[in-house]
Amino acid sequence: MSARGLSMSFGAFSAVRNVDLDVHHARVHALIGPNGAGKTTVFNLLTKFLTPTGGTITFMGTDITRLPPDRVARMGLVRSFQISAVFPHLTVLDNVRVALQRPNGLATQFWRPLSALDSLNERADRLIAAVGLSEARNAMAADLSYGRKRVLEIATTLALDPKVLLLDEPMAGMGGEDVAVVAGIIRNVARDRAVLMVEHNLKVVADICDHVTVLQRGEILAEGDYRTVSEDPRVRAAYMGTEEA
Amino acid sequence: MADMVETTASGERSATAQSIRIGFLLAGLAALAVAPLFLYPVFLMKLLCFALFACAFNLLIGYTGLLSFGHAAFFGGAAYFTAHAVKEWHLTPELGILVGVLGAALLGLVIGFFAIRRQGIYFAMITLALAQMFYFFCLQAEFTKGEDGIQGVPRGHFLGLLDLSTSTNMYYFTLAVFLVGLLVIWRFVNSPFGMILKSIRENEQRAVSLGYSVQYYKLGAFVMSAALAGLAGGTKALVFQFATLTDVTWQMSGEVILMTLLGGIGTLIGPVFGAGLVVTLQHYLATSDFPVTIVTGVVFMACVLLFRRGLVGEFYASRLGRRLGFAYRR
Repeated sequence: MSARGLSMSFGAFSAVRNVDLDVHHARVHALIGPNGAGKTTVFNLLTKFLTPTGGTITFMGTDITRLPPDRVARMGLVRSFQISAVFPHLTVLDNVRVALQRPNGLATQFWRPLSALDSLNERADRLIAAVGLSEARNAMAADLSYGRKRVLEIATTLALDPKVLLLDEPMAGMGGEDVAVVAGIIRNVARDRAVLMVEHNLKVVADICDHVTVLQRGEILAEGDYRTVSEDPRVRAAYMGTEEA
Repeated sequence: MADMVETTASGERSATAQSIRIGFLLAGLAALAVAPLFLYPVFLMKLLCFALFACAFNLLIGYTGLLSFGHAAFFGGAAYFTAHAVKEWHLTPELGILVGVLGAALLGLVIGFFAIRRQGIYFAMITLALAQMFYFFCLQAEFTKGEDGIQGVPRGHFLGLLDLSTSTNMYYFTLAVFLVGLLVIWRFVNSPFGMILKSIRENEQRAVSLGYSVQYYKLGAFVMSAALAGLAGGTKALVFQFATLTDVTWQMSGEVILMTLLGGIGTLIGPVFGAGLVVTLQHYLATSDFPVTIVTGVVFMACVLLFRRGLVGEFYASRLGRRLGFAYRR
């Protein structure tokens, strides 16, 4: 997936200016930057929850700049949300099964009983086990701890077998143990797909990300591997809050 | 959302609870079967038609969260279609009702197509506006006979065999239609499609990000709700043997909202009780000097202030209801 000259203005305010981004297979790519840098906006643009006011986005050779969000999701570009997005009054199992229904052609049958969905249980259970939620399989998503909700969301996202996985602050608000677990999961899933994540936790970025893009005020400030980026004086200035000096 | 199949308790207790629920079901069916021995059959048939109408409406608001303010168009429209098909084309009653259902579904497709793009109050206003346009069409069109309505609709013979002109036969025919309608709703709600509807209501953005074109699912639910409202309307035209403008007015759209709220939004059986209450009040107050609208208005206010979940919703949420394994979640 790549974006060229991506721009977005809300009225007179331009939230994102001229951003070029390339996301590659089998690589964890982090998008970092201070608050208000436009990271989430870039995310919304890439997944088409917002339509850019300028620039183009191509995904596997197709121009997706004007496609609706559900279309790009079906093409394999799947996102998670900054605020945990699960279906609260569905069980863990049902959350994952809802994600599996469409790719398995079990979404439109209004005449079949719910037991028709049991054929998805095996795959759902494997996904649930992969993120370590097996013992909470029949619990309501609303009753899970915050960290577990995030993990469940990753499981539902993986259910679509996405080619590109976009994670919006997957570790936000998580305890230390959970962070290590999720970092391991992300490392694992990136083996055969591309991952782009927005992350504030720089230790996580240093540990698992192969490539880092730093945004500031809607523009790319620096790019490269973590070491290169972290030694860049402009980045240091931005993070120390002394860029005005 | 209340669902009869969902149980939280385990083991023996849930088995007992389940047999009690089945007991409720059987008692309800038995009551419906013997009701015409004790009560005026036409009143009962009216009640069943409105109960089905309210259940159809509830399919939309209770299970997809869309508040339509134009459901009279489907109910009253189907009444016209069925009446016309039976009287002018001499179709058998079951085919006549089918014409009504298909007509209502088509109407639902058109109105739904425009309305589902909006949410909340805008959705309600668009459905109201389009339903009012349909009302005007009914007022002006040739086949509806304007202010007079279609009178003297023959009930005919079901499948060419069973004579529906007697009240008893017509009652059991109406009861069968009602039960089939309820069964369709139950299946629709508890199906793979229903699961997606539920997820859309829970978190629409997430459903979109999982690749669901939520508009199509909403439209599907809208058309299904319209078709079932049509089933109720078509049957009502046969019961009363006429179709008039009353059933396509906006007041009728309001009445069905009232019935559903009173009974309990999102409970399968709630709207039946809501409709029962409203129709009974109308029936017994019709002969008194006291205006019906004041009574229903007061009942409605009491409901909104005191038991917001509706009659059945409150029962499900009560301790007894929970012990019986009913769950009420909104």
